[in-house]
Amino acid sequence: MKKRTHGFQVLLPLSVLAILILINLIKGADYFSVTLINGALYGNIPNILFGASELVILAIGMTLVTSSSGGQDISVGVAATISSSVFVRVLLGSASITWTTILVAFLISCLVGIVIGAFNGSLVAMFNVQPMVATLILFTAGRSIAFLIDGRLSPILANDLTSQIGSVIPGVPIQTPIILTAVFIAVVAVFLKATNLRLYSEAVGINPRAARLNGIDPVRIKLLTYMILGVCTAVAGFIAVTKAGRHDSVNLLKFCEMDAILAVAIGGNPLGGGRFSVSGSIIGAYTIEVLNRTLLRLEVDPETIKAFKAVFILVLMVVSSPVVRAYAAKGVARLRARLDATVAKKPRDPEREEA
Amino acid sequence: MSSQSRLTKVFCTALVLLVAFAGSVSAQGSLIRVGIVNLPPEESGYRQANVEDMNAVFSRANGYDMKQTNTGDNSEQIAAAQGYIRDGVKYLLISAANASGWDNVLKAAKTAGVTVFLFDRLIQTDASNYKAALVSDMAAEGTTAVNWLLSQKLPAYNVILIRGQMGSAAELGRSSALLKARDSGKVKIVADGTGGDSWSPEEARKVVEAAIAAGKDFNVIYAQNDGMAQGAVQALDAAGISHGKNGKVKIIGFDFNRFALRNVQAGYWDCDIQCSPRQAAEISGWIKTLESGKKSPTGIVYQKEIYADTATITDELILSKGINADPGKGVITK
Amino acid sequence: MRTQNVLEMRGICKSFPGVRALHDVSFTLRAGEVHALMGENGAGKSTLIKVMTGVYEKDSGQIAIEGNAIHFKSPQDAQAFGVGTVYQEITLCPNLTVAENMFIGRGRYAFVNWKRMRERAARLLDSLGIPARPTQQLSSCSLAIQQMIAIARAIDMDCKILILDEPTSSLDEDEVRKLFSLMRELKSRGVGIVFVTHFLDQVYEISDRITVLRNGEFIGEYEASALPQFELVSKMMGKALDDVARIRKHEPSTRAGETPVFEATGLSSAAGVRPFDFSIRKGEVNGFTGLLGSGRSESVRAIYAADKVTGGDIKIKGKKANIGEPIHAMRLGIGYLPEDRKGDGIIADLSVRDNIILALQVLHGFWKPFSRKQAEAFADEYIRSLNIKTASSATPIKSLSGSNQQKAILARWLLTHPEYLILDEPTRGIDVGTKVEIQKLVLKLAEEGVSVTFISSEIEEMLRTCSRLIVMRDRSIVGELTGGDLTENVVMRVIAGGS
Repeated sequence: MKKRTHGFQVLLPLSVLAILILINLIKGADYFSVTLINGALYGNIPNILFGASELVILAIGMTLVTSSSGGQDISVGVAATISSSVFVRVLLGSASITWTTILVAFLISCLVGIVIGAFNGSLVAMFNVQPMVATLILFTAGRSIAFLIDGRLSPILANDLTSQIGSVIPGVPIQTPIILTAVFIAVVAVFLKATNLRLYSEAVGINPRAARLNGIDPVRIKLLTYMILGVCTAVAGFIAVTKAGRHDSVNLLKFCEMDAILAVAIGGNPLGGGRFSVSGSIIGAYTIEVLNRTLLRLEVDPETIKAFKAVFILVLMVVSSPVVRAYAAKGVARLRARLDATVAKKPRDPEREEA
Repeated sequence: MSSQSRLTKVFCTALVLLVAFAGSVSAQGSLIRVGIVNLPPEESGYRQANVEDMNAVFSRANGYDMKQTNTGDNSEQIAAAQGYIRDGVKYLLISAANASGWDNVLKAAKTAGVTVFLFDRLIQTDASNYKAALVSDMAAEGTTAVNWLLSQKLPAYNVILIRGQMGSAAELGRSSALLKARDSGKVKIVADGTGGDSWSPEEARKVVEAAIAAGKDFNVIYAQNDGMAQGAVQALDAAGISHGKNGKVKIIGFDFNRFALRNVQAGYWDCDIQCSPRQAAEISGWIKTLESGKKSPTGIVYQKEIYADTATITDELILSKGINADPGKGVITK
Repeated sequence: MRTQNVLEMRGICKSFPGVRALHDVSFTLRAGEVHALMGENGAGKSTLIKVMTGVYEKDSGQIAIEGNAIHFKSPQDAQAFGVGTVYQEITLCPNLTVAENMFIGRGRYAFVNWKRMRERAARLLDSLGIPARPTQQLSSCSLAIQQMIAIARAIDMDCKILILDEPTSSLDEDEVRKLFSLMRELKSRGVGIVFVTHFLDQVYEISDRITVLRNGEFIGEYEASALPQFELVSKMMGKALDDVARIRKHEPSTRAGETPVFEATGLSSAAGVRPFDFSIRKGEVNGFTGLLGSGRSESVRAIYAADKVTGGDIKIKGKKANIGEPIHAMRLGIGYLPEDRKGDGIIADLSVRDNIILALQVLHGFWKPFSRKQAEAFADEYIRSLNIKTASSATPIKSLSGSNQQKAILARWLLTHPEYLILDEPTRGIDVGTKVEIQKLVLKLAEEGVSVTFISSEIEEMLRTCSRLIVMRDRSIVGELTGGDLTENVVMRVIAGGS
């Protein structure tokens, strides 16, 4: 039963993804073709994986806080901008840029991400502020903070090593952000496997009172998920800034919050908290990426591209709503009953239903 | 719970520090009294340069007593303007957050005998409500770009157009020249996309990737700011398509970011068009003219803006006219 | 002369995919009678009621109201024919006033004459003897009053058939008395009342006739006066039942100077319970009793630190211990089954398995999750031993019946092998069979050396299981009864404040 409901949760975004890919295939049969260019794999699929990397990572963190706190963090883009500004600051301040200094700067930026997560998380967990309101604070003020950290001018990160992280490391045929994303997903998967985070977070999200009576500290769990989200923002910021090669505190990962929340929703996760599926959110994130690219591929007018996207998402949300789902389930059940009846053909025996 | 109360304490301390930190500094003096209502420097690299330019030109050394308010909130801006009028400034310089809602303040300034100059951004009001406005001519910037492009004598012009925020003044102006060139048959637009409301390099990259995937043949990228040009070039690099001085695809960007100019200098890009944030010197000139009893320009005045291509670019130009950080000579920002 | 049947249901069948919920069930209701609908959980009571109220469409069979054949397509249909329902969980809006709750959603017009509405509400409340003001916010009324208001709402809609689905499960005795007098008033007005409850004594107090269902089938319709209680129970359970009678109290061997497993002195909590002393020996079953609101639940919550503890000392097996949070109590081998199953007990959306392993998993540690196989084995063991009826261990617990949810929560604590188990109202709102099972389980645990504190609003049940009763009144302990004092009479007297 669990498998079935879980399967259905992922089924919807998957089928949407399939429809989008089908459209692309109709537009060009070589959609899946991959070639080797300058020693790296090139094609639609690598482009999608590359383009969605930050969104995927943010969606993972967003899934966790949604589960534990029943709300969304709208400051993830801003948080990523702040932590990446620290990354750039530390890196440019170091004597030379080597793999070691990059790693150190990255770890420091992760620390910053954790602090930001703890700030948001404490507002949510300890002061019971609505997550959207709590994170609105950073959403409004955060880019100014990043601007201050950046210093007088938006700094340039033009050097070989960081640009290899943002594109390709010579000799490695896959773009680095794709590898980083895969590694990150694996780390999250291992963490979820090795800990009780899923059980605790779901319990807290569904019924914090009962969770507490079973020895789980809801405050700590909410705080923890926000801190994990903090790490996610730091990693996303790291990837974004190495891709861009410079730190633009104004525009880096702007408006990605809404896409991250959307990915969680498309992944079939209830935005009110509780049960969650990280794989659903990941698929949701890739779906958004493919959607964006499909609209470009269909050469939708730049004036109307937003409207197209809105309509598509509206349809998707309605289709995945509990109302439509229940209706669909009913329809399926009725269809199955009718099939059974035609198969049986013999006089209808109510006992048969039992079997 | 003890850990909770401890965390609460830490949080409160942090809050107090934050509030204390927020206290700011102001200055005073005599000479020519000028009030500037401007957007905050963190709005963009453009604004950063603009604010710095204002501070540098309207300095005490240059004979000014200047106060500047930087906020992105229109009502705060209006309140600041009213304050300056009350304080009795002689000149009021405004770059408005919103184009509307300024009529009363401007009239009050007129009654108080304050001379108003608008810079960078226009206000929807009667032209008699201000002395003059100094702004960039986005359409002229577009024309500069298109003229440069046509002067390259390419056998054909197959352009990918990457627009900024749809409907913004910069997008409308910078698009119009190219669209006109297309209508007259001089260029062909093979793909028309946008970087969205955040002028996003990632979106620009996707526009180019979609064009490549669709097998479009193109030899020009016309990106309406430097960030989107950068994103577009990343897409070319990944696909192994050459660009720049000796490459297949000509790259055009806007805004004169120093990183963009360095890319042009290195032949990695081809051309960048200026959008100057430095209006202070010209307005200061007008004020000095008025102070000496002569007449200064009125109405909308457009700034003179230039372009830089691989042939014309110089270090001096990059340092004096560019905005944002300079990656240094020979450094390419990919 | 026979009284007229207001409702006649004949040969009702209703199936869901894979489940036959009702098979050839009949039910008749006369005007001016209280008719108890009895059956264990899963017997088909809820389904029958939902067919009655138009929530479900029947597959086959006839329904007639006052002799006219009717086919309900929706709850609105049923309402139009005079069928009113009041559910166990109150479905009114707590933020609206009493009057608004009585009339909301009924007007055909967008505009409301507030004054007339209030006057009408006042008249109705008065005539039914419901002590509530029309302008009062609903949430400021007690549960019983809220229930009565829901009934008043149904009455005002001219209902001839009133269905009360477990109306008394969260009421104390005094409130039940008030509800019953309201029901008698309605009876005298000729309303036919369908009464669903788990409390057998209440059935006999108020009902005229009883219909018993079992496994979706009609067992029989009886005059209440002609059906002795043990026979009713055996019909509900489908076996000759002397189990109920056979439960014997287990008297722990008392040794002088034995250190209590748990001992509290001067314990008090933020929930307002006055400082109290309490102790329990190994293998002892004791209980807190008293009226609702007497502080019996608050006391055990203080022991478990479910509410913020404000003072007192605790000793576990003679050693001083600190219980500031539930997790501390758990680590000291204490388990707590809360009174509010829905709000404090189950994690509704999680599977039965996750609900069962939760406490043990938390004790095991954040970094040591059980493997899927382990968890499944734990869950399956208790699903089997406690006979929890669920499609699988992965089914969300919310789709189980109340009794089975309760068993799962019980399993959760049994799995931790506690030394001291606190059970607050473990038998409330669950069917008779499960009740007996739980009572037996408590005594078995005690025999194995587990100390149990047991709370139930049915005194008789406590007398059967506890060897010591702590009686509470007004948030203080007013008496402690053992041995010969453990009779209903004595307990009632102490509760009521007699000497």
